[in-house]
Amino acid sequence: MKMFSMDKKDILLFLCFSVAVLTGPIILEPFGAGYPDLLQKFAIFGIFALGFNILFGLTGYLSFGHAAFLGMGSYTAVWTFKLLSMNPIPAIVFATVMGGLFAALIGFISLRRSGIYFSILTLAFAQMSYNLAYSVLTPITNGETGLQLNQADPRVLDVMFGRDYGAVLPSSDFFGLDMTGYPGFYFCGIVLIICFFIAMRIFRSPFGMMLRAIKSNQNRMNYTGFNTRPYTLAAFVISGMYAGLAGGLMAVTDPLAGAERMQWTASGEVVLMTILGGAGTLLGPVIGAGAIKYFENIFSAFNEGILMGIYDFLPETLQHIMVSVSGLFVGEGWHLTLGALFMLIVIFLPGGLMEGFNRIKTLVTNRTGGGSDGAATPAAAE
Amino acid sequence: MSKFEINRRGLLKSTAAAGAGLALPTMFTSSAWSAGYLNEPKGSTVTFGFNVPQTGAYADEGADELRAYELAVEHINGEGDGGMLNTFSSKALQGNGVNGKKVVFVTGDTQTKSDAARASAKRMIEKDGAIMITGGSSSGVAIAVQGLCQDAGVIFMAGLTHSNDTTGKDKRANGFRHFFNTEMSGAALAPVLKNNYGSDRVAYHLTADYTWGWSQEGSIKKYTEALGWKTAAAVRTPLGAGDFSQYITPVLNSGADVLVLNHYGRDMVNSLTQAVQFGLRDKQVNGKDFAIVVPLYSRLMAQGAGENVKGIFGSTNWHWSLQDEGSKAFVKSFGQKYGFPPSQAAHTCYSQAILYADACQRAGTFMPSGVGAALEGFEFDGLGNGPTEYRAADHQCFKDVLVVKGKENPSSKFDVLEVVEVTPRAQVEYPADMLGGELGPYNNGA
Repeated sequence: MKMFSMDKKDILLFLCFSVAVLTGPIILEPFGAGYPDLLQKFAIFGIFALGFNILFGLTGYLSFGHAAFLGMGSYTAVWTFKLLSMNPIPAIVFATVMGGLFAALIGFISLRRSGIYFSILTLAFAQMSYNLAYSVLTPITNGETGLQLNQADPRVLDVMFGRDYGAVLPSSDFFGLDMTGYPGFYFCGIVLIICFFIAMRIFRSPFGMMLRAIKSNQNRMNYTGFNTRPYTLAAFVISGMYAGLAGGLMAVTDPLAGAERMQWTASGEVVLMTILGGAGTLLGPVIGAGAIKYFENIFSAFNEGILMGIYDFLPETLQHIMVSVSGLFVGEGWHLTLGALFMLIVIFLPGGLMEGFNRIKTLVTNRTGGGSDGAATPAAAE
Repeated sequence: MSKFEINRRGLLKSTAAAGAGLALPTMFTSSAWSAGYLNEPKGSTVTFGFNVPQTGAYADEGADELRAYELAVEHINGEGDGGMLNTFSSKALQGNGVNGKKVVFVTGDTQTKSDAARASAKRMIEKDGAIMITGGSSSGVAIAVQGLCQDAGVIFMAGLTHSNDTTGKDKRANGFRHFFNTEMSGAALAPVLKNNYGSDRVAYHLTADYTWGWSQEGSIKKYTEALGWKTAAAVRTPLGAGDFSQYITPVLNSGADVLVLNHYGRDMVNSLTQAVQFGLRDKQVNGKDFAIVVPLYSRLMAQGAGENVKGIFGSTNWHWSLQDEGSKAFVKSFGQKYGFPPSQAAHTCYSQAILYADACQRAGTFMPSGVGAALEGFEFDGLGNGPTEYRAADHQCFKDVLVVKGKENPSSKFDVLEVVEVTPRAQVEYPADMLGGELGPYNNGA
């Protein structure tokens, strides 16, 4: 049990996180986000951002190519479905392993440089992977159309155990439990909780401390005769494995892998998620991932009809004005809202949403005269 | 370590909020499980899901598609002038909704990305209870969403998708396509090319490097080589290249006298503009005037390319200047509502919405297998393409194909294409098993 000897606060944090994830469908229902697909996205991108944060939040290496590992995980998972079995376990195991291997390869080369050069190198590798997947490697990736399942796939393991899907297109199932809808969300949710636990252990470990030291002053580390490369590479590979796992889960809940998962916009998205939530904090990236996915799916769906309904209580002329003004920010304008929000957060809350929560927290404790935290330390996020 | 303490307290608060949330009655009591099929409409309305690109390269097409859908919903619900419902050969729809239920709709942005398109389709199915998904402005997205609808158990009515694969290799029982495909484009274009350019030509292809481009290149090669044309080279260009000059320069030295541009959207606008600016069309090769062909035309693209489209041949699914009753009715009601003529994307989407609603009405249900049976082998007229059939074997519509040419003397900025020939349906028909793939059984969900 030594391994599980955790700080009391950490245990509480972990338990609260687990409860929040598992009751997600209920908590998010009032916000219109309590439907399986979006919940799955929350969990999956939460994992992706958690992993990204291990690299960016701890070592400060800003990778602009993490989508390549996500895509790699998806392709691996779909191929596992096609060749071996529709069970999600082999799929996510292979996806994680392939994500890690691919990260080791790219990391080995890119980590020779740091700062902007590192970012550009990772961006270049990811864009290369995207173009390969989009056209050159079409026999493997099915190009623009995306890799999909087929009735005629071999599925060696399934055949061996006498599983027959008949004439319908199979969907992934966990020993008979269909991986779409709520079971799919709970599967992803439990994986997210495990990932959160691992990330927490990494944050609290001497290894995590070493990574923070690299972030604060890598030169000094080197001068003391310390070789930082293995540590940064390890962090890169771990975050690549997280990304591969997330990609694998995307394929589990929706058996399709498309090249655009590897595009630079997807890499940029995870950077946004992490910064929006709070880089270097444990919870921040998960919250950031949730916020961005919420905007993408809910705000983009507001159309004129819905807006009319919202402003129903106003007199008609005012209603029309309000609808046309707010129409700019919803529907196809959701990018604008997200951009504005991102700017506000970066300017006023450089530590992301987590800093915001902490400030509110400090405000409340000071007012109630608690103040047991000592000095208000908004420096939670680096 | 103070930050974790703060987190803990913040979390305690949010847990308290979660407790309040727990008290809310939730969707676990949903009646969806007892329904005979997924999202069976129980109330007085039925929800359609319109999944179109609102951002990205095809946002123009997407916006036009959405306009057409809104118009179709109006007409189905008996508002407006009825549009093509008045000319449609099936009179099942009475202008009081479908099966006695008023049609409402939800929209989503595909961003022309398979993942985003599937996510927004899933939202419409899982959250908004959409009974049918329609839309799409590129084949990759249409195929991805079609697969999703098959898995989920709702009908997918494909919008603008031209690749053979949609109703070929990747066809699904729950998916239906009204738009034509590259095979039909090739079959329709070839005779016109022969009449205008002769049967002794050498073609040079520039092809967008993805599934649709290859599909297009394959079909054009197949039919032109059958005429006796030769293919000098087929060069793949990356999607969204922007600058095509490096691909166009080698064309003149290749001995080719026809350039085939298998591009769509902005790629086509850019490559055609550059090819014309390079003076290709003024050249003489092998003693013949150099020619350019754009196999898939759309009015929006032709407008983008401006002057450069004059005299260039291509094929299209529909054009607003057609003079049959259906087209006239559609152009009139679209024009009255929005002030400009509809594009072919708008036309195919409008038709798909009407065809779906009509099939539901005739079947008396929204159950995918029932609606599908009503669409399979359905023969109709009056939707702007002449007599048309939804072939049962691959869920593809068969109808006449338009061969068009960039107009020499356009009378307005919308009047950029003229119809050269209407290739009859018999000439573009092919056996259903030629393109491979398997429909599989219908999925009713639930």
